[in-house]
Amino acid sequence: MLDRQVLQELIQVLGSENVLTEQEDLLTYAYDATAAMKHQKPDVVITPVSTEQVVEVVKIAANYKIPIYPRGSGTNLSGGTIPVQGGIVLSMLNLNKILEVDQDNLTATVQPGLIIQALNDEAGKYGLIYPPDPGTVTTATMGGSVSECSGGLRGLKYGVTKHYIMGLKVVLANGDVIRWGGKTVKNVTGYDLVALFTGAEGTLGIITEIIVKLIPAPEARKSILAVFDDLDKAGKAIAAIIRNKVIPATLEIMDNDTIQTVEHFVHAGLPIDAEAVLLCEVDGYKEVVARESVLVERILKEEGAVQVNIAKDDKERDLLWLARRTALPALAQKRPTTVLEDATVPRSKIPDMLKAIRGIAKKHNLQIATFGHAGDGNLHPTILTDERDVEEMKRVHLAVDEIFQVAISLGGTLSGEHGIGIAKMKYLNMEFGEAGVAALRRIKEALDPNYVLNPGKIVRRD
Amino acid sequence: MSVYDSLDSITEELHKCMKCGNCQAVCPIYKETRQEVGVARGKISLAEYLLSGEIEMTEGMADRFSLCTTCMACNNNCPCGVRFDKIILAARAEAVRKKGLHSVKKIAFTALKMQRLFDLGMKTGSVFQGVALKHLPHKSDRIARMRFDIGIGTDKVFPMLAKKTLRSEYPEVIRVKSPKMRVAFFTGCMINYFYTDMGKAVVEVLTENDIEVVIPKGQGCCGIPASVNGDVISARALARRNLREFEKKGADALVVACSSGGTAWKHVFAELLENDPEFKALADKWAGKSYDIAEFLVHQVPFKKEGLGRVSRKVTYHDPCHLNRGQGINQEPREILKSIPGVELIEMKEPGRCCGMAGSFSLVHPDLSVQISDRKTADIAQTQADSVATGCPACRLQLQSGVENAGLEKQVMHTIQILAESYRAGKKEKKRS
Repeated sequence: MLDRQVLQELIQVLGSENVLTEQEDLLTYAYDATAAMKHQKPDVVITPVSTEQVVEVVKIAANYKIPIYPRGSGTNLSGGTIPVQGGIVLSMLNLNKILEVDQDNLTATVQPGLIIQALNDEAGKYGLIYPPDPGTVTTATMGGSVSECSGGLRGLKYGVTKHYIMGLKVVLANGDVIRWGGKTVKNVTGYDLVALFTGAEGTLGIITEIIVKLIPAPEARKSILAVFDDLDKAGKAIAAIIRNKVIPATLEIMDNDTIQTVEHFVHAGLPIDAEAVLLCEVDGYKEVVARESVLVERILKEEGAVQVNIAKDDKERDLLWLARRTALPALAQKRPTTVLEDATVPRSKIPDMLKAIRGIAKKHNLQIATFGHAGDGNLHPTILTDERDVEEMKRVHLAVDEIFQVAISLGGTLSGEHGIGIAKMKYLNMEFGEAGVAALRRIKEALDPNYVLNPGKIVRRD
Repeated sequence: MSVYDSLDSITEELHKCMKCGNCQAVCPIYKETRQEVGVARGKISLAEYLLSGEIEMTEGMADRFSLCTTCMACNNNCPCGVRFDKIILAARAEAVRKKGLHSVKKIAFTALKMQRLFDLGMKTGSVFQGVALKHLPHKSDRIARMRFDIGIGTDKVFPMLAKKTLRSEYPEVIRVKSPKMRVAFFTGCMINYFYTDMGKAVVEVLTENDIEVVIPKGQGCCGIPASVNGDVISARALARRNLREFEKKGADALVVACSSGGTAWKHVFAELLENDPEFKALADKWAGKSYDIAEFLVHQVPFKKEGLGRVSRKVTYHDPCHLNRGQGINQEPREILKSIPGVELIEMKEPGRCCGMAGSFSLVHPDLSVQISDRKTADIAQTQADSVATGCPACRLQLQSGVENAGLEKQVMHTIQILAESYRAGKKEKKRS
């Protein structure tokens, strides 16, 4: 429980209407979108409306050494916003303005509580886009997205969030406010703290303003669906497309389990016997798109696709994408608990990774459907299970361990777009080694010596 | 086991939720409050804690469960197919079982049950309403504002009670020369007591299409205000009464011009009476022949296009949640509007977005209700339409209050009123030629 004095001080800064203390409210901040995670109720939830208020709150937290958990929409998938040690949940949702769209410099300045789609809508008015495109674009916030460094369907060509963050305003654990980066394309002054705070999952500072890079919206796009009767061939086709110097915006894969489930739910006309389908979209200038789509079609056929369909119009294109977008929902309806991972490997290793996942599923007698952003090596092996089945959950955890082991052994990484949070802390050694984890800890302790900011995530206190 | 009987009935529904938070994108309450408890995911969690016994039903819990307009937008946007409408009904019923009914609601639902007393109250009300309501000058509608605040503010614009209720204006059976069918009309309370113009339009259009109309005198409130607030006992009594009355009169079909009433006949009565074999059978039978008026005119009649005269209106259509998502009816009203010569249909940005009325929700949460309504009003303003059509009297009240308070000159009406207007214009045109 929080000291009365602390509550009084918080109310003084924020006003009582922005300080939630009743358990009926607190209980709804005990979780995020991560499956099978232990819930933890915070002691108080507050909603600041300015950087100044955040500073005051951080000072109070520092003074009493109370944990403080920044939170956006809570759509993250690694337990990153669960207040594992109680304390203060800092909901950023009322800091939600677009401060500026700068057409001359192709930047936008926004507050962290802004929903990503709102930025897309505004940028669209100027013929611009904000390329990071997470599946939760209509719900997730900019601050959360920067903090988790989220990715999305367009990662192959456009990268992830960190490639679009040019500047940040951050409140540090001692209450200092710093600005780093800015609107200049070239900016190499000092350590790159913008990069450091992007993907720091709120453990190093609290972001209160974000400058992002916008790019011109592509003039045209074309979608292509290729059907394979052999998973290996599909994997090789991915590498072949890129070897031929075509970088599609999106190159997605669905395995047979996923295809069957999706088809069962949406009847989009997917071939249920296929071992895999690839869904590819090229975008850019009209002429380029025309040339690249023909090239991609040819490569897919050469690599052994049994069928290749190019969407003739928007309607056909939408149907293809409906199938892909339905993958997770369809899988989620099959069993109550959906453990979705984002192990990522160099794209040339996709066939190996797919094979390994199938082996793991068999070994542990689990249903694992795999789909994902194959072009950038980011797979989503999705384990369909039921949290209530204790015995099966044991096998799920073993399978997850092995999936990450394989990913690392193939030269991959623990997370392509979901972050580390609580869920993957224990694997960090696997990727970074003792020395690497120690380096992370020294950074954490330099900036937040008392572990006040989002404690229990990424870096364990020794 | 029905959602009205036990919280256990929604166990599986709760397990379907994977906490992705997609419901946030479409929840009108969450958009205003930006608090997790406002959205489906938050209330689903609370229901889970209740079921697991981690916490008990408290007053505070009941309050949080009242934060839902039952617009069902979350149902539609849910990747896992969670039926949140079932969850909220079960949670509210549980709240009433454990904590009793909010006193204001108790009085209101009891009144709704006692039909004759209620009728008398309303009649007296129509005479004395000037005491509480200040009449506002308006071209087309009899509307008013509260003179004093009874807890819902004085900003809301209400329709004046009709001098005569709709049901007292007609004989029980309205005959036509050569009837092609006999249709029972469930008027619902708002149409009967306030918006009699809507009811008259229904009768006019049906008879125009050679349909005999029966308006059973003994019909009463549909019970939705009670059932959505967890007062299952009142809701069941009302369901039985209505079924009995309509069964007595008999008809080939039943039409409703009110989205709650339609939902009641099509879905809720059968669910409420699940454990009552005799009435369950009756409920199923009538559910099978219940239609929203727009649905009925388009698919069952179909309504005659010759005789439609020119109505020059720029119309924007608001989809009532319980008609659109509750009954899957959104094309039919538009089809009707498009078939009327002179009517230009201009779609607003999000026609399916909840207007924030949600019956008693607007009484318990007046500020939130108005905030939600303001977004709707802004969308309406953007269309530059001169008329707002909808398929629900409660939505009409809310929309009317919104445009009135924004100082917009727009007439808000039921789709069917514009159709009736067109038939009338057609007759005039015929006379002239």
